[in-house]
Amino acid sequence: MTRATLSGRFGMRLGYRFNLIGMSALSIILLWSGVALFAPQIIPHSVGEIVDTDYFGPMSRDLWFGSDYLGRDIFSRILMGARYTLGISLAAVSIACFSGVALGMTAAVAGGWFDSMLSRFLDALNSIPSKLFGLVVVAAVGSSIPALIATLSVIYTPGAYRFARALAVNVNTMDFMAVARIRGEGLPYLIASEILPNILGPVLADLGLRFVFIVLLLSGLSFLGLGVQPPYADWGALVRENIGGLPFGAPAVIFPSLAIASLTISVNLLIDNLPSRIRDRSAE
Amino acid sequence: MRRQVTSLVVKRLLIALITLVIVSFAVFFATALLPGDTATILLGQSATPEAVEGLRKAMHLNDPAIIRFLRWMAGLVQGDFGTSYANNVPVANLIRGRFANTMMLAGLTASIAVPLALTLGITAAMWRGTLYDRIVTVATIGIISVPEFMIATLAVLLFAVYLKWLPALSFTNEVKSFYDLMRTYAMPVVTLTFGVSAQMIRMTRAAVVETLNTPYVEMALLKGASRPRLVLRHALPNALGPIVNSVALSLSYLLGGVIIVETIFNYPGIAKLMVDAVSTRDLPLIQTCAMIFCLGYLALITAADIIAVLSNPRLR
Repeated sequence: MTRATLSGRFGMRLGYRFNLIGMSALSIILLWSGVALFAPQIIPHSVGEIVDTDYFGPMSRDLWFGSDYLGRDIFSRILMGARYTLGISLAAVSIACFSGVALGMTAAVAGGWFDSMLSRFLDALNSIPSKLFGLVVVAAVGSSIPALIATLSVIYTPGAYRFARALAVNVNTMDFMAVARIRGEGLPYLIASEILPNILGPVLADLGLRFVFIVLLLSGLSFLGLGVQPPYADWGALVRENIGGLPFGAPAVIFPSLAIASLTISVNLLIDNLPSRIRDRSAE
Repeated sequence: MRRQVTSLVVKRLLIALITLVIVSFAVFFATALLPGDTATILLGQSATPEAVEGLRKAMHLNDPAIIRFLRWMAGLVQGDFGTSYANNVPVANLIRGRFANTMMLAGLTASIAVPLALTLGITAAMWRGTLYDRIVTVATIGIISVPEFMIATLAVLLFAVYLKWLPALSFTNEVKSFYDLMRTYAMPVVTLTFGVSAQMIRMTRAAVVETLNTPYVEMALLKGASRPRLVLRHALPNALGPIVNSVALSLSYLLGGVIIVETIFNYPGIAKLMVDAVSTRDLPLIQTCAMIFCLGYLALITAADIIAVLSNPRLR
């Protein structure tokens, strides 16, 4: 049975049940969410406190993941970093998907010049490489946390728009849409009550994928020194701070990277293993 | 039928042109409407108001933004990229050598990644569902889910710290022999190759698998063709369009990857130049680099679309 469950990930989908890989991915995501929520209560050392006499210290019983370039506890700093990485990404992905999906559904229902103008403009935004977009905007407006959230959500709105519009166009041709139009329903009702329930599953799966992109971009920007600024540090910034330890193979460089990888790989695997009822429509 | 293809291609090129104008608009306004006055930045905090005002006049900073945008665009078209604020050198001079370096890196990566990814992607599709296929699939998901700097740091840890085969930083001016070339380029190229190939393998595999699900492939299977023959003779010629399309799309990933890779390996390319320009707020340099990147990206996406049109037998 276990073997059947494992192979279900690649071949047949197992209906509504999550398989083993999906479950473990979900539990890692929940674990990180818990860490982000309760970080101040569970960190063993204060994030600013210098607890080790040596810098880039090895893993020990007291300092689980070693110490950083100033001798601070990396384990505590990673737990606190989860707040910034998860918080900023979650805020950005919510804004991006909300505005993208709302605009996409509106464009599909309204059609005409509104649709083509908006599509043209957002496609143009989409053809700026995301990292470059981030670099230019951060150079312009600086990298405070609200500015980062705004930048990241602007970068990923066009993608969400395109995805939602493609799904909504299909729903728009259905008979129940024609009925609702004849009934004289307005635009807000049409998009909220007729279209949204029919595209919700794929849109949520897409939100997960976009979350991964945002985590990667945020970490990349922080790694370049343009993301979260000291004294705060997200996981990308932790790698940047401690990159000097790379020649010594310091755990301070490796563990923040592993934290990012565990989160992003888990989200990707969870979405890959979602029950087929949710995913199938996203294949359109 | 030929006319239909031509008009589709022309339409796609027109769209690319319009997109380019919108993009340059976005780049200009993101950088030009910054808080902080350029003249003040240039002259420093201690400058007299008269000097600042004089420089503003000389640089046409008092003109409306739209006029400045048009002047900037006209300059770009004529090959005049402006003068760098930081060291008062024409941007074109700064970029020339760097551009060649970046193209060298991108070219080396593409020449390794494309054959590698096509082989892995096609063979994975050929033996779909086997252990080999699963390993390839899981590995590519893993690679596209992690940031580029993590691949780079892992590569440094493995090859420079533990195995001590390669230097951790790359300096192109030390290259004297082919062996030196190999050593300095190895790490950046390996890092980029990982990211680009992972994308390309996934898309290639998907394209071949899709063709394998068609009735005529099933017919070939029923007639007793072997698996390699099924894929190479029957499926592959029809999947060629989507595959070339995916190659062009994956290569556009290079543009993002190169920013991280050049920074981490201290490689003197355009992306490093741009990241440095961002930290010194050197606007003409940022704008020009950004336009080069957008142009490259747009060219690759447009090429991918046009190839998709040309390779569609229903339109030919």
